[in-house]
Amino acid sequence: MFPDLTVLEQQLFNALSLGSVYALFALGFTLVFGVLGVVNLSHGAVFMVGAYAALQAVTKLHLPLAGALAVAFLASGLLGLLIDVLVLRPLRARNAPHLIPMIATIGLAIALNSLAQGIFGAENLRFPAEVLPQETLHVAGLHVTVLELGIIALSFGLMAVLLVVLRGTQLGRALRAIAESPKAAALLGINVGGLFMLTSFFAAGLGGVAGVLIGLYSNALFPLMGQPILHKGIAVIILGGMGDIRGAMLAGLFLGFAEVLSVAYIGSTMRDAVAFGLLFAVLLLRPKGLFGTVNERKV
Amino acid sequence: MAQRFLKPLAAAALAVLAGLAQAADIKLGVAEALSGGAAQYGQSIRAGFQLAAEEINAAGGINGNKLVLVIEDEQGKKEEAINAFKKLIFQDKVLMLFGPTLSNSAQAADPIAQAAKVVVFGTSNTADGITSIGDHVFRNSVTEADVLPVTLSTAVKKLGIKKVAVLYGNDDVFTKSGYDNFKKALDAQKIAVTTTETFAKGDVDFKAQLTKIKASNPDALVLSALIAEGAPVMVQARQLGLNVPVIGGNGMNSVKVFELAKGASDGLWIGSPWSIENQTKENGAFIVAYTQKYKSAPDQFAAQAYDAMYITAQALKKLKLTGDLAKDRAALRNALPDVKWTGATGPFTFRRATDKAGNPAGYDAAQTAIVSVTKNGRYAIEK
Repeated sequence: MFPDLTVLEQQLFNALSLGSVYALFALGFTLVFGVLGVVNLSHGAVFMVGAYAALQAVTKLHLPLAGALAVAFLASGLLGLLIDVLVLRPLRARNAPHLIPMIATIGLAIALNSLAQGIFGAENLRFPAEVLPQETLHVAGLHVTVLELGIIALSFGLMAVLLVVLRGTQLGRALRAIAESPKAAALLGINVGGLFMLTSFFAAGLGGVAGVLIGLYSNALFPLMGQPILHKGIAVIILGGMGDIRGAMLAGLFLGFAEVLSVAYIGSTMRDAVAFGLLFAVLLLRPKGLFGTVNERKV
Repeated sequence: MAQRFLKPLAAAALAVLAGLAQAADIKLGVAEALSGGAAQYGQSIRAGFQLAAEEINAAGGINGNKLVLVIEDEQGKKEEAINAFKKLIFQDKVLMLFGPTLSNSAQAADPIAQAAKVVVFGTSNTADGITSIGDHVFRNSVTEADVLPVTLSTAVKKLGIKKVAVLYGNDDVFTKSGYDNFKKALDAQKIAVTTTETFAKGDVDFKAQLTKIKASNPDALVLSALIAEGAPVMVQARQLGLNVPVIGGNGMNSVKVFELAKGASDGLWIGSPWSIENQTKENGAFIVAYTQKYKSAPDQFAAQAYDAMYITAQALKKLKLTGDLAKDRAALRNALPDVKWTGATGPFTFRRATDKAGNPAGYDAAQTAIVSVTKNGRYAIEK
C-alpha cells in the first residue's frame, strides 16, 4: 500500500536495534570511566572473551542461552577484576598519569586478542543456530527478530537499572562520591578499593554479555571482534559525556540512527562520514558531550 | 693406537659431508598472514604448502634434494609483509618466495622481490595489477577479472536475471577490486543495477543497506565481500525477507558459509578455480590427504597453495642448482613460465601479464572457472 512508508519504518527499527547494540556496549565502557576515571581500552577484548566463553558454554557444556549469558558475565567480570587488580591498581598506587592506563589496556587488548587467536584460531565462529529462535516475526509489516527485541529491551532495561542504582541507593552514592574524588571518599570511610573492584567486575561482565548478544546478532565471533565496536564505543561515550549513563544510551541511539538514516537517504559510502560528521558537530556545540558538564565528572 | 680409531671416524665424517653436499636443502620462503584479520586464509595457505612439500619430499624430493620451507608471519599488514620479504631474501637467502596473503600486502611487498630479482609466487592475490609489478611476479590465483564475468553470465542465463542490486566492502583492495570487476561485467552484459551499497570491514549490521536493496526490488544481489561480512549479510538479508539469489565474489567461496550462514546459505552463486565437489583424480587425492593430515576440509586457498608448490617443484626439477644463489634464482625465474601442471585446481598454465605501459611483466594463471551454487549445505556445480 505504502511501500515507502514500510521501508522507512523498517529503517527506523533497524536504527533502533543498531543504536541499542552500540548503547549496550557503551554502558559498561562508560561506567568504568565514570567511576575509575580510566578509558579502559581492553573493554573490546573483554567483550570478545565474553562471547567466546559463552560459545564454549553452549558447545561444550550444552547450556541454554541464559546459562551461556551467565557464564559470559562471570568470565568477563573476573577478567575485568583481574585487570583492575593486576594492572590498574598498581598504576593508581603510583599515581600514573592518565595516558598510562590507556596504553596499558591497549597492550592488554593485544595480548588477549593474540591469546584468543592461539586458542580458538583466527577464523570466524558462530553460535549454533539452535541457541535462539531463528524465525523472523512480522510485526505491522516489519521484519523483526527475537534477538533484536531482546537487545533493545536489555539496553533500555540496563540503563534504567544503572540509573536507579547510581541515583537512589547507598552504593550509588558511594560510587558518585568516588567519581568526585577517590581520596575524599576514602576519608569518608568508603571502601574505595572494593568499589573499584566491584565496578570493574560489573562493567566487564556487562561487556561480556554485550559480546554474546552482538556475536549472536552478527553471527560472527572472531578474536578481533571487539575492535570495530570499541571505536564506535569510544565515539559514543565521548558524545554522551564521559561517564554518563543516560548519555551513553542516547549517544548510542544517536549513532545508530545517524548511520542507518544516512545509508537510507544519502548513500552507504557516506555512512561513517555523515555519522561522525554529526558527532563532530554536536561536540562543537557541546564540547563536554550531551550530558557532560564542565569540570564535573558524572557517574 | 689412536690412528686406528681416527681413520674410520674421519672417513665417516667425510662421507657425511659428501652426503650433505649431494642432498642440499632447497630453501623456499613463505610469507603469509598467520595472525591478524586475514589469518584464516594464511593458515589454510600454509597448510596447503606444508602438505605439498611433505608429499614431494616423501617421494624423493627434487632430484634427491629436500624442500625446506622458511615460514614468516606477515600478519596481513603491508609493513610486516615488506619486513618478512626482506628477511627471507637477504637473511635466510631463500631461492624464491611464496605469498603474501592479501593483494594489499602484495602491492607493497612484491616490488622488494622484483628489485632483488627473486621470484615471488602469490597463491591468493586476485586483485588487478599485482603481476604488472614486474617479470619476477607470478601467481596461480585466478583473477576476479577472469572469474566474475563467468559467474555472472552463468547465473544470469540459468535464472533469467534482468536487474541486480550491488553490495560491497569499499575499504578493502580485494572486495573493491571485486566490485570493479562485477561492474565491468554488469555493463558488458547489459544488466541493470537497481542500487549500489557499501559497507566497511568489521561492520556487524547490514540491515540498513539490505532494507534499501529490498525496496529496490532486484532479481539478484551481487555481493563482493569476505566471508566474515558476507555470511552475516546472507543471514540478515533472509531475516529481512530479501530472498533473491546472491552472486558472490571469490571471498565468498568457502565451505565456512554453511556454518556461518547456517539456515540462510542457499542460493549463493560463486565462481572459482577450485571446488570441493569437483571430482577429478588429482583433486580427490588432495582432499583425502589434506583431510587426513589436518582433520578438516580444505578450502580454495589451501588447494591453490598446494598446486603452487607442485608447479614450483616441476620447474625446480628441470634445474641444475649450482649453489650460486643469484644464478639459481635467475634459472628458476626462467624455468617457471613454461610449467604445465594438472593439480587440485585442474589443468594449469601461466599467461603473460602486461604492465601499465602494455609491456610484458609478470605471469597470471590461465585457468577456467567452475561455477557452483549452494543448496542444502553443499556446493553443486553448474555447467
